[in-house]
Amino acid sequence: MVCQFCKLKEASVHVTEIADNKVKKVDACAACAKEKNYNDPAAFAIADHLLGLGAAQKMEEASEAVGALSCDQCGYTQADFKKSGRLGCAHCYDIFSDGLDSVLKTMHKDIRHRGKVPAGMQSVFEGAHRLQSLNHDLQAAIAQEDFESAARLRDEIKAFKAAE
Amino acid sequence: MSIIDFLVPASEACLRSGPHDKIVLSSRVRLARNLRTVPFPSHSKKAERIKAFETLMPAVKSLTLLGQEIFAESMDKLPALDKQVLVERHLISREHAAKNAGSGIVLNREENVCVMVNEEDHLRIQALRPGLQLRQAWMAIDAVDTALQEKVEFAFSERYGFLTACPTNLGTGIRVSAMLHLPGLVLAEQINQIIQAVNKLGLAVRGLYGEGTEALGNVFQVSNQMTLGEPENDIVERINKVLLQIIEHEENARLSQMEKKPAVLLNHIGRAYGVLANSWSISSKEAMNLISFLRLGVDLGVFGKTPKSLTDELFLRSQPAHLQLAHPLREKLGSDERDLFRAQMLRERTSLIPNPDPQALLGRREEGSPE
Repeated sequence: MVCQFCKLKEASVHVTEIADNKVKKVDACAACAKEKNYNDPAAFAIADHLLGLGAAQKMEEASEAVGALSCDQCGYTQADFKKSGRLGCAHCYDIFSDGLDSVLKTMHKDIRHRGKVPAGMQSVFEGAHRLQSLNHDLQAAIAQEDFESAARLRDEIKAFKAAE
Repeated sequence: MSIIDFLVPASEACLRSGPHDKIVLSSRVRLARNLRTVPFPSHSKKAERIKAFETLMPAVKSLTLLGQEIFAESMDKLPALDKQVLVERHLISREHAAKNAGSGIVLNREENVCVMVNEEDHLRIQALRPGLQLRQAWMAIDAVDTALQEKVEFAFSERYGFLTACPTNLGTGIRVSAMLHLPGLVLAEQINQIIQAVNKLGLAVRGLYGEGTEALGNVFQVSNQMTLGEPENDIVERINKVLLQIIEHEENARLSQMEKKPAVLLNHIGRAYGVLANSWSISSKEAMNLISFLRLGVDLGVFGKTPKSLTDELFLRSQPAHLQLAHPLREKLGSDERDLFRAQMLRERTSLIPNPDPQALLGRREEGSPE
């Protein structure tokens, strides 16, 4: 079979994609496949299979966004993440968080946890939320040039941080 | 004690009953949890997996919630046959059955709480209930999780919730699922519509043994896919609502088949009975598809007072590991021998079921019409 792009060399990469209920077959030689980004069909398929269609592309972007990062605790790399669709350890979620959010958006309702919180974390958790919402209000007050409220919120945030 | 001796026999296991169990075979809620300080099992070295195993096994075993009598074992101590039996009972995943040293299982006496240690995550804790009992299963596993949190520290982030090896389980780590028997929707050719509608609601529909398996015997598994950004209760309630709708559709499909095409229905049920009662060699796939119609016949009253537990028992005992277990030699059967032995078991058990009575369907039909 001849490569469908250059129509010169023998096709060595064969990819079958299903998008919008349409089957699309690609037969390309190694050079054209690389150029058209069909060079890693296995990683492609695994990510799509695991995380749903479209996730692979997001993950591609995600891994580009995080660059050549690797986890300093478990040694997991962005390539590992791309290949397996999984992370190595709890700390990886801090390391790879920049690129992760766009991946999470494709697979979850939201990217913030709203479920159960460990008993010991409850106060910390509520504290963080409180701080977040105070900060949010402060920004809004400044934007509206409501400096009276802004000053009050600033003091509240200061007091809250001091109490922690 | 081996797990085979610990488990109740198939006949007894199938006696468990719950709400809507004509259609909902079982409910399950599982939570994925990981230790904060050890890499996830898929990426950890053997020493790290053993460390997690040695931290978690005693913690799980000491849970008073599980009762005094529990089964706890390392996966390398279980023979392949025992592991397969656990898969067929839906107590562990096929992936977990492939695990060895460093992975383990803890099961309580009631067989309704089962913990997998070092599967894809350090812990997969699950509660199982017969029939539609998602809320009960969630409450049970929530309590186990809370009790565990007093003993070990789980990986948790304010932003992402409970951290899991795969980001698809992130946040709550919850997978709520139910096993459904839907012969009516399959016969009425409405099943694909239902699957598509359910998929649109963000739920997954899978086959008998979960991810990547075929829907044998008209059995489908419905579960949530999204785990982050919603409280557990909302997820449980949403699936519960969807399941109640599927139940209604299945009931309607059965009723309309009974009214409009009773002969087609009787044909399926009667032939299933005939083949199961008279075959001398039968594959597990064929057996499961026929037992499904037998079960439907029992549900519709075609087989007198035959309990549905009998058909469920046939379903379970037709599975390869359960067959092997029942074989006098307990030797590894080849697939041809297994098909012979399966047919023998099915002939013997089906002889307990009376001939199908067409009046049960036709009679009902006359009752329903005003003429």
